[in-house]
Amino acid sequence: MSKHEVKAMLPGVFYRKPSPSEPNYKEVGDSVAKGDVIGLIEVMKSFHPVASDADGTITAFTVDNEEAIAPGVTLVEIET
Amino acid sequence: MALSKILIANRGEIAVRIIRAARELGVRTVQVYSTADADSLAVEMADESIEIGPPPAKKSYLNVEAVLNAAKETGCDSIHPGYGFLAENAEFADAVAAAGMAFVGPSGDVIRRMGDKASARQAAKQAGVPTVPGSDGLIDDLAEAEKLADEIGYPIMIKATAGGGGRGIRIAANAAEFMSLAPQAAAEAEAAFGDGGLYLEKVIERARHIEVQILGDGENFIHCYERECSLQRRRQKVWEEAPSSALTPAVREKLCASAVALAAAVKYKGAGTIEYLYDDQTGDYYFIEMNTRIQVEHPVTESIVGIDLLAEMIRIAGGEPLAIKQDDVKIRGHAIEVRINAEDPANNFMPFPGIVGDLRIPGGPGVRFDHMVYQGYQIPPFYDSLLGKLIVTADTREKAIVRLKRALAELHMGDLKTTTPLFTALANAPEVQAGAVHTKWLEPWLEANADKLAIQQGGA
Repeated sequence: MSKHEVKAMLPGVFYRKPSPSEPNYKEVGDSVAKGDVIGLIEVMKSFHPVASDADGTITAFTVDNEEAIAPGVTLVEIET
Repeated sequence: MALSKILIANRGEIAVRIIRAARELGVRTVQVYSTADADSLAVEMADESIEIGPPPAKKSYLNVEAVLNAAKETGCDSIHPGYGFLAENAEFADAVAAAGMAFVGPSGDVIRRMGDKASARQAAKQAGVPTVPGSDGLIDDLAEAEKLADEIGYPIMIKATAGGGGRGIRIAANAAEFMSLAPQAAAEAEAAFGDGGLYLEKVIERARHIEVQILGDGENFIHCYERECSLQRRRQKVWEEAPSSALTPAVREKLCASAVALAAAVKYKGAGTIEYLYDDQTGDYYFIEMNTRIQVEHPVTESIVGIDLLAEMIRIAGGEPLAIKQDDVKIRGHAIEVRINAEDPANNFMPFPGIVGDLRIPGGPGVRFDHMVYQGYQIPPFYDSLLGKLIVTADTREKAIVRLKRALAELHMGDLKTTTPLFTALANAPEVQAGAVHTKWLEPWLEANADKLAIQQGGA
């Protein structure tokens, strides 16, 4: 068991759900596989999916929904 | 009463443009900014500036209360909304008026009437402006919708009236497709807007986008001729011209007169644009919508008619009557604008919110660059990618294209990826040189010419 961090590849705004009326992609405690979408980053009005780059269980979201982020910040922590 | 202090409820290049117009009129400016825009050119240029919230537009530039409070706090007597953000928000226009300030634009009622596709279309019909064959309003009954679709003919566009832009639009090629798509569209409209009514419109397959600039003071109305914006990618204009090379003088006068008739019918106040589809084959034109604001591409019109549209907007909002008569508006030369976006055309137009490097701005005869950049500027990732607009004017379209290539070769922003190489490639494309384009021309051309879109250092 070790901790893995999924980091933002782009600057912008982080979203946890595909649209305001839909549920979050993932919650704390959910298991994820490599390639699973865990959120979106909006950069200059275009949306880019953020995929997990590890298999495991989500232990924390380290940024809030709709929070402004810089590239390289940790978005999600995963217990692998 | 003439305005004395304007709050600029926008950002980027249009904020800079508004500051310039206001300053020439002796009007003071207050620039609002999100925390991401504290070091923007507009903030630096305005007489005063005031922070209105965090980076996401929803929490700053779209926050009506924050914008109104900023105007009150700084003692403004007016608000200019620019384009986008709150520019076509009728409730905002109402709230500005209710707060005792002038909204630089039409009234909330006019924005509401022209912003709703169905009521705008009705207004156009009443003013005698041709509209695209379609339903006269929302249709709630699917059987009735199918009958009407058969009458109008296929392909047909299905949309929810309140849906902005390209969202929620479906195109049915035949009756069978219509019967499977229409219920989906109705369900989506019901979920999104609480109204499952649908609006139908004939698809004009090969058309040019032509739009007429109008000015009105509520009693007097003029047009400033047309722009052609047929070069579009994902329904976003990338290259705009004035005048259109596709119109004969007779069609031009008729089309522009129809725009004035519509402006007069709604007693329009301010600068506005009436958009049409123009069918080359038949010479027919159809009203599509009205934009009740200044548009990104306004400089091509300014360049050929010699009118400062932003200054006119400010004067009109200050209660002055329109000083320009229709007979005074004459076309001189040809202008082209290209949108310099922070996007990498060689990488599927991926946004590129980088740092402006070694900056070289084009100049010389007939060149204008309306922009928001300076050397070392970190482009924020939170807003659209428009950095600036390069506008060239010359005696003829041919000479304008030559001038555009020359100006593009002078423009450098260091390592920042921009759409500049796209325009050099387009300026060299035979179809563009011949003006033989339509609204669906650019996307397939981009696919076929991907190799021409990489940075060409050292000019064209």
